[in-house]
Amino acid sequence: MATPNSPLWEVFIRSRNGLAHKHVGSLHAADATLALQAARDIYTRRGEGLSIWVVPSSAITASDPAEKGMMFEPAESKIYRHPTFYDVPDEVGHM
Amino acid sequence: MYTQALNTSDADDRNVEDATRAAAFQARIDADDRIEPNDWMPAAYRKTLTRQISQHAHSEIVGMLPEGNWITRAPTLRRKAALLAKVQDECGHGLYLYAAAETLGTSREELVDAMLTGKAKYSSIFNYPTLTWADIGTIGWLVDGAAIMNQIPLCRCSYGPYARAMIRVCKEESFHQRQGFEIMLTLCRGTDEQKAMAQDALNRWWWPVLMMFGPPDKVSQHSDTSTKWKIKRFSNDELRQKFVDATVPQAQFLGLTIPDPKMKQDEAGHWVPGPIDWDEFKQVLAGNGPCNRDRLAARRKAHDAGAWVREAAAAYAEKRKRRQFAQAAE
Repeated sequence: MATPNSPLWEVFIRSRNGLAHKHVGSLHAADATLALQAARDIYTRRGEGLSIWVVPSSAITASDPAEKGMMFEPAESKIYRHPTFYDVPDEVGHM
Repeated sequence: MYTQALNTSDADDRNVEDATRAAAFQARIDADDRIEPNDWMPAAYRKTLTRQISQHAHSEIVGMLPEGNWITRAPTLRRKAALLAKVQDECGHGLYLYAAAETLGTSREELVDAMLTGKAKYSSIFNYPTLTWADIGTIGWLVDGAAIMNQIPLCRCSYGPYARAMIRVCKEESFHQRQGFEIMLTLCRGTDEQKAMAQDALNRWWWPVLMMFGPPDKVSQHSDTSTKWKIKRFSNDELRQKFVDATVPQAQFLGLTIPDPKMKQDEAGHWVPGPIDWDEFKQVLAGNGPCNRDRLAARRKAHDAGAWVREAAAAYAEKRKRRQFAQAAE
């Protein structure tokens, strides 16, 4: 029997207190415990992190880059969502 | 460098691609856009990158063997700890690169099998033996030095996952070269025998290291498309020249002689090496280097010996999953 391909995991590392976990890469492991240990060995050999998350890659739903127009255009046309859209006279000072 | 055996032409495949998409793709490359795994790409781009990244990964993994040879015989605990850390890094680099290669749609298992069956190549340099401790210094200084020269431009390669893997690799690689140079410096400042050992290692590694950059530009077959796709930013000869220019003063500092009586400095200050024996390079690539059979046998043995671990881990994960389902059903 051929060994089944081992599942793919995405690795996220929190590098410092107060920062978000950031995606650093992926790895293969049979289960979550082994994935966590492998992530420690592969991605934190020089003290890169305080905390690791591993997530099965299959659990991630991604937007289609080909549809980025449809996804993100509505936000691009709403420039009134940015503070710089509004005029405040210089005399008022910083606001 | 790690893809010296890319000797088939992929250019023909492009004719069958949708011309409009190919043009849009090239426009993105020209605009220095990064290509991501889900983006449309020409089949030949995918194929070239899968081969290049996986060969690079295989090189990192096979590259552990010549150095691993000296871990138990390192002269001091400090050297042993450094060498162990370096070999662990090479393993990590291999894994970053396999992960990047997989994003192009080939599974890890297929990539590894291609190496174990001898279908996929790895860098010619790892088919040379490490005969003395000075070889470990020389590998760090020259082999890793050459690798850095090649890998820094790859940090700006057009394929996002490859470029990101290279950034991680380059950050770690600098330690490799420095520890190698330190070993050489210690030997060169040591006894006459130690210095002679350093010179002997340089004599044996110099030419194979120059060959790492691949065939001369006039005969390199895939440079054109790779350059057009911004996978490759400098030609083999350009990178080789940069490396030689950087290395000659370092050898002079060590008081070692580059084993090339024909090497001359040109008016522009470049050190121009004598002719390289490309027959030797072809022989090593064809499987006839000093250690080709040993290297593959060692990889196969490790792979086979680890089979029970992979099977046990998979069986345990399956058992836990079934138990969780059973508990959830109660």
